Amino acid sequence: MKQIIEGNHAASYGAKLCRVQVIAAYPITPQTQVVEKLAEFCGEGSLKARFIEVESEHSALASCIGASAAGARAFTATSAQGLALMHELLHWAAGARLPIVMVNVNRAMAPPWSIWADQTDSLSQRDTGWLQFYCSSNQEVLDSVIQAYRVSETVSLPIMLCLDAFFLSHTSEPVDLPEQDLVDAFLPRYKPQYKLDIRDPHTFGGLAGPDHYYEMRYEIQRAMEEAKGVILKTGAEFHRLFGRSYGLVEEYRTEGAGLLLIASGAIAGTARIVVDALRDAGEKVGLLRIRVFRPFPVEEVKRACQGAAKVLVVDRNLSMGYGGIFHQEVKGTLCHEPHRPLIFGAIAGLGGRDVTPRVLEEAARRALSLDRVEEEIWWLGLKK
Amino acid sequence: MKELIEKDLSILRQEEYMSPGHLACQGCGAALAMRHVLKALGPETIVVLPACCWTVINGPFAYSSVGVPVLHTAFETAASAAAGVRAALEVLGGPEATVLAWAGDGGTFDIGLQALSGVAERDEDILYVCYDNEAYMNTGIQRSSATPLLAWTTTTPLPRPKPRPKKDMMAIMAAHRIPYAATASVAFPEDLAAKVIKAKIYRGTKFIHILTPCPPGWKSPSEQTVRLARLAVETKVFPLYEVEEGVRHRISYMPKGIPVREYLRLQDRFSHLQEEEIGRIQKLVDQAWERLVKKALW
Repeated sequence: MKQIIEGNHAASYGAKLCRVQVIAAYPITPQTQVVEKLAEFCGEGSLKARFIEVESEHSALASCIGASAAGARAFTATSAQGLALMHELLHWAAGARLPIVMVNVNRAMAPPWSIWADQTDSLSQRDTGWLQFYCSSNQEVLDSVIQAYRVSETVSLPIMLCLDAFFLSHTSEPVDLPEQDLVDAFLPRYKPQYKLDIRDPHTFGGLAGPDHYYEMRYEIQRAMEEAKGVILKTGAEFHRLFGRSYGLVEEYRTEGAGLLLIASGAIAGTARIVVDALRDAGEKVGLLRIRVFRPFPVEEVKRACQGAAKVLVVDRNLSMGYGGIFHQEVKGTLCHEPHRPLIFGAIAGLGGRDVTPRVLEEAARRALSLDRVEEEIWWLGLKK
Repeated sequence: MKELIEKDLSILRQEEYMSPGHLACQGCGAALAMRHVLKALGPETIVVLPACCWTVINGPFAYSSVGVPVLHTAFETAASAAAGVRAALEVLGGPEATVLAWAGDGGTFDIGLQALSGVAERDEDILYVCYDNEAYMNTGIQRSSATPLLAWTTTTPLPRPKPRPKKDMMAIMAAHRIPYAATASVAFPEDLAAKVIKAKIYRGTKFIHILTPCPPGWKSPSEQTVRLARLAVETKVFPLYEVEEGVRHRISYMPKGIPVREYLRLQDRFSHLQEEEIGRIQKLVDQAWERLVKKALW
C-alpha cells in the first residue's frame, strides 16, 4: 500500500513492521517524529512494544543495550548532539555484539546551533563498530530498517541508518508500506544464541585482559567483513519478496564513464539529475552512490572506479584538518590500484546549505576540465 | 507481607549464590553485601553491574562469582540498562526475575544520578542497590559526593579534607515518591534481608542504600568491617530506616546513640580530626537524626 509519508515516519513504520519489542528514545529535532509515531503505535496497541521515555539519549542507548542483552529486538532514533551523547554506548553496543538498530537523522553539530543536514554527526562515530547505511529516499529508509534487523541479527552487530535532516526527514514522498505477513516471512523473530536468562546464567562484558580483548576485536572486524555478503544476500531476498533492490553501492549510468561522481544520502539524488544533464550534453559522467559506509565496500568502489579517469567525491561532512570523510575513504581504497583515477574531493552543503544541481554540475565540469589535482579540497558554494 | 518475609528468612541461611574465588579485598563490605542480597533474592535474579568495585570483584572474563546472570554496563547506566532488561522481560514473558541494578556510590550519587532519577520518576520495576563505600575505591580512593564531611581521600588530601557533608541520597530517592526505599547494613543481615525481600515483593522502583565499609579506603583494619558497619548504625551516622511512597518513614532499628568518636577513631581517614571537628560531625549527625525521627513520627 502506497502512502505519502515523511522520512521520519518511514523509519517509524519500518520499526513497526519489524515488530520491535523495546523502544527507548529521547526527542531531538529533526528526529522527533520518529519516536512520536512509535509512541502512537504503542499507545493504540498496533505495536506490542515497551516504549521507554528515557531522560537522555545516553539512557536511550543504555536501555536498548539492556533490552537487547535480555533478548528483545530494540530500536532507537536520534540525531547530532544526541548521537554524540551516546558515543560511549555506541562502542558498548558493538563490543557487546548487540543487534540494535538506530535511525540517525543527519544534522550538523553545534556550535553554532544548527538543526540542518550534515553527516559529520554520524561519520564522527565511524570507529564505534556500528554498520552505517546512508539512505537517499524515504522508501529506502523504510526498507533499510527491515533489512537492517536481519543483517544485524545475523552478524551480531548494531546498525545505524542515516537520513538527511529535512531533505528526507521532513520531506513527504510516496512510500510503499509492505504487508505485515510479507515482512514476517522475511524477518523471523529474534532468537539470540545467548541472552540474560536465569535458566542459563552467563556474565556479559566482564573484564578481559590482554589475553582475550585482542581476539574479540578481531572477531568484530571479521563480522564486519562478513556483513558485506550478508547485506547483499539479504538484499537479494528482499528484492525477491518486495521487488526493490539496494546493494552496498548504487551505480547510476556508470557505463563508460570517464568521470565518476561519488556521493551519499540525499545529495546522490540531486547528482542523478546532474549526471543526466551532463550525459545529455555528451559528457561521459556517472554516479556511484555509497549506501553502506561501514563495512566500507572496498571491492565495489574499486570495481566502479576501474574505468574512470577521474573521480569527484562530494561530501556533506568534514573531518576538520583533513577533508571530506568519504573522500578519505575513497582515496584509501584506491591507493593500491594499478590504475588510479584522479581523485577530487568537494565539501558541500554543511549545515544544510542547499546543494543544487547547478552547484554539482559546476563541480563536475571543473573536474572534467582538470588533468591534475591541484587543490585537495574544493569548497562548493563557499561565500567569499 | 510479614509472613512472606519470615518464610523467606527461614530459608535464607542455607543457600549461597556467591562463590569463593571472588576478587574482593580482605574485609570488603561490598562482597558481604552482595552475598546477603543474593541470599535474600535467590536465583531468579539478573544483576546489572556498572563500573564499580564489583566490576573487578565478580571476576575477569569467563569467570563469575555469582550464580546468576550478570550484565556489565557503563558507569552511568546501571538504572537505565536495568530498565531495558526489565522492559525486555516484560515483552518476552518468560520466568519472573528481579532485575537488580548494583552500583557503588560513585555510580549512584554522582555519574549515574540522572539515569537513576529518570528510572525512579518512571517507576521502572527494578531493585536498585547502592553499596556505598563512600568514595571511588576502585580507582584508588577519590572523593565522591557520598564521602563524609572531613574525610581524607586522595582528592581531598590533608590539610584540606572534604569540606562538604555527604549527599542525602535517601531524601533524593524519597522525593521521587518511589514505592520503597531503605537503608541497610552488612552488620544487620536479617534486617537487610527482610528489606530486600520486601523490595522484591513491591512493584516499581525500589532503592536500597547499603553502607559497606572499605578497609583500604577507610584505612581501617580488615577485621573491623562488620564492627564499623554496626557502629555507623549505633552512632546514628547511618541509621536504618525505610521510606514508603516517599512519605512514610519508619526507623527499623533504634540505635544506642554511641558517640561518633567511637566510629571515627577506627578509621585512619579521620585520624587527623581535632576535638572540635569531631564535635561538628556529632552535631550534624544529631541534627540529621532529629529530622529523621520527626519524619518517622509524622
